[in-house]
Amino acid sequence: MNVNKIYPWYFSSGAIVLYLLFIVAPALLGIYYSFTDWNSYSSEKNFIGLEHFRTILAGDPTYLLFIKNTVLFTLITSIAKTVLGLFLALLLVSGVKAANLHRMIIFSPQVLSFLIVGLVFKSLLDPNNGFVNVTLRSLGLDVLAQNWLGSLTWAMPSIMAVDTWKGMGYIMVLFIAGLLAIPRDYYEAASIDGAGFWQKLFRITIPMLMPTITIATVLNITYGLRVFDAVYVLTNGGPGNATDVINTAVYSSFAKGYWGIGSALSTILFVIMAIISFFIIRLMNRKVEY
Amino acid sequence: MRVKKRLISIGLNALAWLLSLVVLIPFVVIVLNSFKSDAEAKVLKLTLPEKFIFENYKIVYEQGHLGGSFFNSLLHSTASSLLLVFVVAFSAFTLSRNYSKLSKFLYFFLILGITLPLNYIPLMEVMKSLGMINSHVGMILLYTAMGIPISLFITYAFVSNIPKELDEAAIMDGCNGIKLFLRIIVPLLTSVLVTVFVLNFLSVWNEFTAPLYMLNTVEMWPMTLAVYNFFGQFSAQWNLVSADIVLTSLPVLIVFLIGQKYIVGGLTSGAVKG
Repeated sequence: MNVNKIYPWYFSSGAIVLYLLFIVAPALLGIYYSFTDWNSYSSEKNFIGLEHFRTILAGDPTYLLFIKNTVLFTLITSIAKTVLGLFLALLLVSGVKAANLHRMIIFSPQVLSFLIVGLVFKSLLDPNNGFVNVTLRSLGLDVLAQNWLGSLTWAMPSIMAVDTWKGMGYIMVLFIAGLLAIPRDYYEAASIDGAGFWQKLFRITIPMLMPTITIATVLNITYGLRVFDAVYVLTNGGPGNATDVINTAVYSSFAKGYWGIGSALSTILFVIMAIISFFIIRLMNRKVEY
Repeated sequence: MRVKKRLISIGLNALAWLLSLVVLIPFVVIVLNSFKSDAEAKVLKLTLPEKFIFENYKIVYEQGHLGGSFFNSLLHSTASSLLLVFVVAFSAFTLSRNYSKLSKFLYFFLILGITLPLNYIPLMEVMKSLGMINSHVGMILLYTAMGIPISLFITYAFVSNIPKELDEAAIMDGCNGIKLFLRIIVPLLTSVLVTVFVLNFLSVWNEFTAPLYMLNTVEMWPMTLAVYNFFGQFSAQWNLVSADIVLTSLPVLIVFLIGQKYIVGGLTSGAVKG
C-alpha cells in the first residue's frame, strides 16, 4: 500500500500555511529590515548593511546593557526556579499532608497572565503604602523597607524575584512528575547499604532527574531570553534604563518609530535563540523516540 | 528515633504551609482590598475590611470596559483554540505516520517555533498587508499560528504511541486516509486535543504582547489590555484596581480548576519520559 496516499503530507497544509504566514515570514522580513534605516519619519527603506549591528554591539553602550540585563535575568531566574522547584518538589513528595493542595496553590500563579501578577506586585511593592513595606515597618524593620521597583539597586532583583515567584510552581510540577518516575527499589537498596539523605539525593535523585533538569533549564532559558511582560508591567524598563531587556527595548524603539534598529535588536535575539533551539530540538527529538 | 521522625514530619508540614502562604498572601491582600473603601485601601494591609463594599465591582465593570473586552478575550481564545485543535490533529496525524524525509523535516520546521521569538514589528507589516490589523479574524489566525509549534509537539508524541496495527486493520476494512483519521484516530486523540484546547485557551487569554502591538482601538481590546489601561487610570484607587484584578483573574482560575488535569498533563508531557 502506498503510504503517501493514506497519510498525505498536505493534510498538514493548514498548519504550514498559518505558520509560514505569521511566524516565518515576519522572521525573515525582520532580518531584512534590520539591514535598513526604516523609520517612521520617511517612507523609504534604504539598505545600510551592518550599521545597526555596529551601533548595538560597539556603538551605543545602552544597547549592550539591554543584552546584559537579558542574560543576567535569564541566568538568575533559571537557577532560582530550578533550585526552588526541585526543593518544593522534594518537599511535596516527602509525605507532607495535603500535598495536592499545596501543589495546586504553588502552581496557580502560573496560569495567570504576567500582567495580573505584575499589577498585584506593583501594588504590593509600592514604596509608601504597599503591603511589603507596610508589613516591614509594622514589624519595626524600617531599615529593610526599600523603593523596590524604583531604585537602581533593587528594581532588577525585584523583577527577578516576582518572576521566580510566578514560575517556580511550573518547574516544581515537572520535578514532581520526574521524582514519581524514579523506581522506589533504588532508595530501598541504598538504605540497606546505609546511605543517608544527602547521599541518596546526590547519588540517586539528581542523576535520575537529569532529563527533567535539562528540560526545565531549556524552558527557563527560552522563557528568560524572551521576557517582556514582566519587565514592561513592573517597571517599563526603568528607573532610567536599568531594567530594560531586549524585548522592552524592541518595543520602545518600535513606539519611537525606529523600526530598523528595533528589527536589528530582534534579529540578535533571534540568532541567540536559533543557536539554542538547535540543541533543544535535538534534545526533544531524542525524547520523542522513547 | 520515633520522636525525631515526628518532629521532622511536623517541620516539613509547617514548611509546606509557609511556602503555600508565600504564594497565597499576595492574592489574599488583593481580594480583601477589593472590598474596602477608597480611604481604607490607601494602605495595603492584611486586615478584614470594616464593611464589605460590593459597589467596587460594579464601578470596575462599568468603567473598565470589562463587558466588551471579556467578549473579545472569549472570542479570541475559543475560536483560535478550536481552529488550532483542528489544524494540529490533521498535521500531527500525517506527519507522524508518514515516514518520509519531507514529513520529518516539516515536523522539525514547525516545532522550531517553540523557541523562536516572534518578531512583532515585521509581523505588523504582514498583518497590515493582509488587512488583518485591528480585526478579530486576524487575531484568531495569529493566535492559532502561535499555538501550532507546542501543540504539534504534544500531539505528535501522542499519535506516535497509537499502534500502527490499528491503521492497517482499518485499511483492510476499506478505510481511506480521511476516514481512518476521522473514525479511528480522532476518537483516540480526544484527551490530548482537550489538553491542547485548554492550554491554548489559557495562553491566548493571558496574551498581552500581541494585542499591545496589533490592536489600537478600545473596542478590540482583550481583558489584559483593558486591565492595564484601567490600572493606568485608577492606580491611586487600590480598592478598584484590586477589584479589577480579581474580576479578570476569576475566569482563568475557573478554567484552571476545571482543566487542571489537562493543564498539568500537557505541561509535563515530554519532560517526564526518559
